[in-house]
Amino acid sequence: MALVEIRDVHKSFTRDTQTVDVYTGLTVDFDEGSFTALMGPSGSGKSTLLNLVAGLDKPTSGEVKVAGAMVSSMNASQLAGWRARHVGFVFQSYNLLPVLTAQQNVELPLLLTSLSKKERAERVAIALGVVGLEDRVDHYPRQLSGGQEQRVSIARAIVADPTLILLDEPTGQLDAKSSEEVLVLLQRLNDEFKKTIIVVTHDARAAERAKSVLHLDKGVLVEAVAR
Amino acid sequence: MKFLPLVLANLARHKLRTVLTIASVALALFLFASLRTVVTTLNSGAEVSSASRMISQNATAFVIPLPMSYATRLAAVPHVTAVTWANWFGGKYGDGKKFFGQFAIDPESYLRMYPELALPEDQKQAFLRERTAAVIGEGLVRAFGWKIGDNITLQGTIFPGDWTFTIRGIYHPTQKAYGDDSFMFHYEYLYERDPERVSPGWFIMAIDDPNAAPQVQKTIDDMFRNSTAPTKTGTEKAFAAGFAGMWGNVKLLMSTIGMAVVFAILLVTGNAMMMNQRERIGEVAVMKTVGFSDRRIFILVIVEAAVIALTGAVLGLGAAILLPIVAGFGEGGFLPGFHVTPGTMAVGAGVALLLTFASGIAPALSAARLPVVQALRRVE
Repeated sequence: MALVEIRDVHKSFTRDTQTVDVYTGLTVDFDEGSFTALMGPSGSGKSTLLNLVAGLDKPTSGEVKVAGAMVSSMNASQLAGWRARHVGFVFQSYNLLPVLTAQQNVELPLLLTSLSKKERAERVAIALGVVGLEDRVDHYPRQLSGGQEQRVSIARAIVADPTLILLDEPTGQLDAKSSEEVLVLLQRLNDEFKKTIIVVTHDARAAERAKSVLHLDKGVLVEAVAR
Repeated sequence: MKFLPLVLANLARHKLRTVLTIASVALALFLFASLRTVVTTLNSGAEVSSASRMISQNATAFVIPLPMSYATRLAAVPHVTAVTWANWFGGKYGDGKKFFGQFAIDPESYLRMYPELALPEDQKQAFLRERTAAVIGEGLVRAFGWKIGDNITLQGTIFPGDWTFTIRGIYHPTQKAYGDDSFMFHYEYLYERDPERVSPGWFIMAIDDPNAAPQVQKTIDDMFRNSTAPTKTGTEKAFAAGFAGMWGNVKLLMSTIGMAVVFAILLVTGNAMMMNQRERIGEVAVMKTVGFSDRRIFILVIVEAAVIALTGAVLGLGAAILLPIVAGFGEGGFLPGFHVTPGTMAVGAGVALLLTFASGIAPALSAARLPVVQALRRVE
């Protein structure tokens, strides 16, 4: 059953006087519980697709539907609330808030919920436990390695128990060992916790962990490989 | 409240910058409140002065005395119910660094004329009985540690020589604007030592109807118009207002400086807030990705500005309140009753709120309107 439905999406950007078409009628589905790697050369529209699914960007035309919600027609305020409930996002460069500890960074999405302080603390402890950083709660990002920062970032993405986890080049700045740890973690989130994951990557090892791989080129879906 | 740690963490990001910004706001509000207090203190004398007391002084110059013989003629003017007089002594105590006003007064009539100077009855009687006795305000007790029974020697400047007085009473002004730092003694004591030169500096008359003041004024000034010492008469309120009016340009200057300082600090604070915001474009984008709405981002930035402005306001206004207490500024005698009024506090709080919004609105709008995808592209 499709959790994410993208129907006839057109997306174009205007740079100076030039209009650049990213998609001209893209249609693709992502099933519930799937683990999909989006691959393709730079400029093929991978990250744009992730932004559309996350409601961070809007299609020029067409529909983006996630778990029955028409994301493409929501206003900014509705999108913010929807993202808080349904999307966990992981960035290539971790993007932790440097002034907050690991615990506070992970707690950030929960501040938007009605959970009590105690409940938030419990959820944060569980999320940091899942990523294996229960002993780093009071560390600031500058006190963590790159791999640890990315794991905190993943904990922040899963702490609110989102419908969908979106990752944009999560291993792009990590060494081989740290990349492996992150990929094992993602596989565990998919296998054990049944999370739907879409990951944009250039990393072949990341793609190997995914259950399906979509290749984009110039905004067109050129290949879909299921494992 | 759950967002407070986030606000405080952001403020602690550049501790020195935050501290300096708060210090700037504190200094601005300290100056604003202090300068405004000078203005309100100058005005307060006129506000509390009685409209049923009139003052006659020499029309030629304030410093030229009037003949004592005027007292009986003034008492005979219709509507005048009592007359007293006083003289400026102008002495100094010790090294003279601490200034306070000294007045030779006719004790009985003067104290009856000014019920605002509250004096215990036994002290009053002791003062009236003794020719070299003096009555002082509570401010002089605080300034010099004087107490009842102390012998105090002043060096005369207008009336040369050492003048020794015994303190017999300590008054408490029932209205702050009357000041608590005056030194009053018997006119007779002054007169006996220098009868050739001593004469009343001004007369004070009580009238039975404030509405009759213009008529009383005209009668008195007409009576002495062709004498060697013509008078200038007015109500005490008009006299005080005229005194305050002499400071007119100073008041305007102080108000202008106060507003200029606030405006300058507004620019400093606004710039600091904008710098903070520019450095956090990526973080704001991340927060929006996590689910923070534009409205919530806007509020968080405004709250940051509010914490800076209100902390600065508390420190600045607090310092302004403490200034006259700690420095003894109000005991100098020039501005009796110098204290930060509730009105000034309210205006100061208003200025702090204005600073909050004026300095926070641009960065808050900028953060709230930040397009997430473009911002992420810059940091990714």
